[in-house]
Amino acid sequence: MAIKTIVEALREAIAEEMRRDPRVICIGEDIGVEGGWGGAFTVTLGLAEEFGHERVLDTPIAELGLAGVAVGAAIGGLRPIADVQYGDFLFLCMDMLANQAAKMRYMSGGTLTVPLVMRAPVGSTRRGAQHAQSLEAFFTHIPGLKVLAPSTAYDAKGLLKSAVRDDNPVIIFEHKVLYGSKGPRAVEGAISAAGEVPDEEYLVPIGKGVIRRPGRDVTIVGKLLTVYRAMAAAERLAQEGIEAEVIDPRTLVPLDKELILESVRKTGRLVVVEEDNLTGGWAGDIAAMVAEEAFFYLDAPIKRVSAPDVPAPFAPVMEQFYVPSEERVIEAVKWVMGQK
Amino acid sequence: MSDTQAPLLEMYRKMLTIRRFEERCNLLFMQGRIPSTLHLYIGQEAVAVGVCAHLRRDDYVLSTHRPHGHAIAKGVSLNSIMAELHAKATGCCKGKGGSMHVGDMSVGMLPAIAIVGANIPIAAGLALANKRLGTDRVAVAFFGDGASNEGAFHEGVNMAAIWDLPVVFVCENNLYGASTHYSKVSKLENVADRACAYGIPGVVVDGMDVVAVYEVAGEAIQRARQGGGPTLIEAKTYRLCGHSRSDPRNYRSKEEEAFWQARDPIPNLAGRLKAAGLVTDEQLEAIEQEVLAEVDASVAFAEASPSPEPTDALTDVFYTPQEA
Repeated sequence: MAIKTIVEALREAIAEEMRRDPRVICIGEDIGVEGGWGGAFTVTLGLAEEFGHERVLDTPIAELGLAGVAVGAAIGGLRPIADVQYGDFLFLCMDMLANQAAKMRYMSGGTLTVPLVMRAPVGSTRRGAQHAQSLEAFFTHIPGLKVLAPSTAYDAKGLLKSAVRDDNPVIIFEHKVLYGSKGPRAVEGAISAAGEVPDEEYLVPIGKGVIRRPGRDVTIVGKLLTVYRAMAAAERLAQEGIEAEVIDPRTLVPLDKELILESVRKTGRLVVVEEDNLTGGWAGDIAAMVAEEAFFYLDAPIKRVSAPDVPAPFAPVMEQFYVPSEERVIEAVKWVMGQK
Repeated sequence: MSDTQAPLLEMYRKMLTIRRFEERCNLLFMQGRIPSTLHLYIGQEAVAVGVCAHLRRDDYVLSTHRPHGHAIAKGVSLNSIMAELHAKATGCCKGKGGSMHVGDMSVGMLPAIAIVGANIPIAAGLALANKRLGTDRVAVAFFGDGASNEGAFHEGVNMAAIWDLPVVFVCENNLYGASTHYSKVSKLENVADRACAYGIPGVVVDGMDVVAVYEVAGEAIQRARQGGGPTLIEAKTYRLCGHSRSDPRNYRSKEEEAFWQARDPIPNLAGRLKAAGLVTDEQLEAIEQEVLAEVDASVAFAEASPSPEPTDALTDVFYTPQEA
């Protein structure tokens, strides 16, 4: 057992899966170049030395093409782990992910599989509007894709390994603030998501959430960075006698609905926190699901805490305002508690 | 290559099968007996047949929104395609695909990809898998002239080129992307001329001549299979029908259509075979009757097949281990 960052945990997961199964390859931009970064945030650093450039495949700057090649390779019997440098670039791959990877099995009448993993860093990190978006909700809306959002090193490793072994296309969102990237690729304002990662092999099942902090008064659901915002808020609320239960679904598709519903049935109050824009977001979907399935357990209206409906701004003061803060979570909890 | 060397009668029969199958589809569509739209391949049969004559069952073909000809040439059964067009549970996609997604993985035909150009990088990916897994299987992507202006064409062909992947790109230039003439969307006369931009061979071939296609495709497929990398083939061809079922073809002249109609690959091959003494009128008539009987049988199969249940819409989204 050792303490590892998310970057280290992901790198270890990829290396273990590549050792276990020769069909696993990595494909992406700047992922295996000698003297390069090992991907935009160092996740694949050193892998080409062990596995060679045939299995750690550097592509041209061509996101649609690399996603398409990964889809074809997956149908053809490989198990590609593709990545984009920033999640925002997924829009360039959208046809391959939304029209091809997600629908190919269905269109074939269930006769083929697309065991593709697509990794994508998300979150606002002082890089402006095109290197900042939280795109999870977009992908939860596309039937045929599994969507993962690990917030700890333990989950990052276990979920990525499960994703590689899954016979369906899986998008795994990784938060830049939580990565723990080092050296010149370190992220300003990083939060440590490092944690104990077992030496022995383990998997985290896709579709199972966790309770990060138990509580009786209010349920707070977050993902990625906002799990940490929710936890920090919960600690401060506890000093005022409000016990918040913090839930991290870890997997957005398929969603561990029962974990959320069970918590809401107990607390009677729900706050959903996410870094994505408010309209059409994931938080709205969780709120609707709870309203449909646990309305009569609710003691107060549901509250969403999201980024406002604007692009991610650059200036740190504006960015801090944009990304849901601990204070906004506290305010939302007090509102559902009827204290404001 | 002389006419006696290629599998001419087999190719003739295949082309005729595609033609008669699609003529029947058209009739059924006009009678309201099959839903949806149809993008017919009538006139272009020599391309699919000349290329696929070289392919093994385990090679891959990737097609487009106009896929019936490729599917038949690759060996997908008429019954399963006709049933799919009839939206039946016995269709090759269990009624989940329709005309634009016909395919059958058991014969190496991917569900056809109806987003223009998208099959090009995917074909490169299949070829990457073939190479990495140590097989000598090849992948062939068919696409139209319209697809050559998609970003997916550039990105996919380039990656196939830099990694010497065993894939053949077959552009069927039928002069029109829907109703837009190729000359309006490219400064180059030939799509194949773009091959030099990727450092791979580009070949123009008469797509109305199945023997010419057979010859050019044979070289390209052998080159790919032997590790020599991709080729871009451009087959000059023509749709002897509209783009889809709602196309009155007002954007092209009757003279142009007549010019290409005279080059119809099927009667032309029949004429050549007869002139060379390789086939008699009686034999041609016998092939015609056999093909029509096969098409009739596919319609009977489709009509007798059950529809899917409405709730079958909910299955086949994800693979679950229980299905195995």
